[in-house]
Amino acid sequence: MSTLLRTQGLTLAFGGLIVANKIDFELSEGERLAVIGQNGAGKTTFINICTGLLRPDAGRVEFDSADITGLSPRHIVRRGMARSFQLPQLFLDHTVRQCLELAGMAREKRLPFWRSLSFTSDRREVDRVLELVSLTGRQHEPAANLPEGQRKLLDVAMSLMLAPRLLIMDEPTSGVSTEEKHGVMEIVMGALEERKVTAIFVEHDVDIVKRYATRVAAWIAGAIAADGKPEVVLADVNVRREVLGE
Amino acid sequence: MRPSLIGAAIAAAILLAVGFGFPWLKIPLILAFCYGMAALGIGVLLRAGQISFGHAMYACISGYTVAFLGSRFPGLDGLLLIVLGTAASIVAGMLIGAFVVRYREIFFGMLNLALSMVLFTILGKFYAYTGGTDGLRVNRPTLLGMDLSRPEFEGALLVLAILASLAVIWAVQRYFRSSAGQALAAIKTNETRLEYLGVSARKLLWQGYVLSAALCGLSGSLFGLSQGLVTPEMGYWLRSGEFVFIAILGGSGHAVGAFVGALLYEFLKMYAAALVSGAWQLVLGATLIVIIYFLPKGLVGLFSRRRSAVEGQP
Ligand SMILES: Nc1ncnc2c1ncn2[C@@H]1O[C@H](COP(=O)(O)OP(=O)(O)OP(=O)(O)O)[C@@H](O)[C@H]1O
Ligand SMILES: [Mg+2]
Repeated sequence: MSTLLRTQGLTLAFGGLIVANKIDFELSEGERLAVIGQNGAGKTTFINICTGLLRPDAGRVEFDSADITGLSPRHIVRRGMARSFQLPQLFLDHTVRQCLELAGMAREKRLPFWRSLSFTSDRREVDRVLELVSLTGRQHEPAANLPEGQRKLLDVAMSLMLAPRLLIMDEPTSGVSTEEKHGVMEIVMGALEERKVTAIFVEHDVDIVKRYATRVAAWIAGAIAADGKPEVVLADVNVRREVLGE
Repeated sequence: MRPSLIGAAIAAAILLAVGFGFPWLKIPLILAFCYGMAALGIGVLLRAGQISFGHAMYACISGYTVAFLGSRFPGLDGLLLIVLGTAASIVAGMLIGAFVVRYREIFFGMLNLALSMVLFTILGKFYAYTGGTDGLRVNRPTLLGMDLSRPEFEGALLVLAILASLAVIWAVQRYFRSSAGQALAAIKTNETRLEYLGVSARKLLWQGYVLSAALCGLSGSLFGLSQGLVTPEMGYWLRSGEFVFIAILGGSGHAVGAFVGALLYEFLKMYAAALVSGAWQLVLGATLIVIIYFLPKGLVGLFSRRRSAVEGQP
């Protein structure tokens, strides 16, 4: 499998706090990588650097063999790297359906200012994605009406509408109740499987990591402390003590 | 026929009848439509969560263009002058917009204010070209080739203002419901997400900004023609403030809001001045407070009820 994402010597400090410490990382097409780590370990920061929100002090990011260091999120997304957020980022005044319609139009890089959004967007695709994340029943409600769990789903669904090659999800199941977590992941992972999307997801729940990841990377203090097969990384003494708190 | 079409036809007929039944109301009505167009320009920006305290400059640019071209080329038809005046505002909006769309909220608002004050000062200083604080006379041009008397001209302008307003409401409402218009409204709620959809918020806001400049421009050329005079006051910040006031009064949920707000505003100005002499600003202020408190979505909020503000269904 070819390498989709690669970072070399990625370094970033906020004042004296080093949040990315010379990170060398590679991800191949088709992988399901779970990122684990304590609060403040630098997981979100790593995503922010890869997707262009933060510029690294040193190092480089490559996506699909092209150097994307320093590009804006907008340009990186257009190359096929989408993300969802730890705190869902939605258009709260728009309806659930409109959020997806806008994402669909954005993928086609087409925002006509004469024809109505609902007529121009791909109706069938929107319906399918709504069905996929079980939001069909609430499609005409403002996104602001959704509870946290469904906001998370909508956030992921908006990224799915972009038909990305790589989807990075920052804690897709936080804020979702324990009973619903597996259902949510089942849906999301099914969608990724169907569309052949490579994925990185940040996750605190070890059961979910074991069930859905093909590979695990453990973050400690801005660096990758262990990286490999889930059973190996989760059994690592250092990871058990520093990350899982056992 | 769609209910909105019938409503528009009835409203237009009533306003025309009022204008022709009570001739002294013609000019106030024309002014109300001018204010409505400009306030709709502000409304476009409000949908993106932005506010401008300087948009009277676009009305001013257009008004001065009409005055200047009208005296320089006396044969130009009124309709052509309106188009040219509006075009001047569009060009100015494109250039200034490219710069101001980098900023948001208070910075956006104040930058527009600052630029409008620069224009105001220039117009007041360069007497040779601008007539200084006295302004420029706008000669009464032909309309569609017809040479009209003053009362006829005012009547024709009223018809024109109503027709133009209906066209503007229809077109802007289409824009509000389009992909670009809906994405514009997303600037208000989540620019980060727009960026992460691969969409340039600046480009969207620039489009909206040019539209708002065009609307203010159209307003300014009609205003200049109806007054027969353009002065720097047309671009003063107080005028910009009036546009904002009306936009908030009417609400930006639907394009018709600005015009409802403008008619109410003109009405209040006329009658409050008569009722509580010397304190009509008090009445206006109180009205705005009541609106903001009870109808945060403006007067159009009364009609939309359960519809979401960005849905923009007519
Ligand atoms: N913009 C910023 N300025 C200064 N410090 C920041 C900034 N963003 C994050 N940090 C700090 O960097 C560290 C890493 O933050 P990050 O959000 O990457 O952690 P995380 O691993 O995602 O944690 P969590 O599990 O809580 O989401 C934290 O100590 C955080 O306080
Ligand atoms: Mg985080």
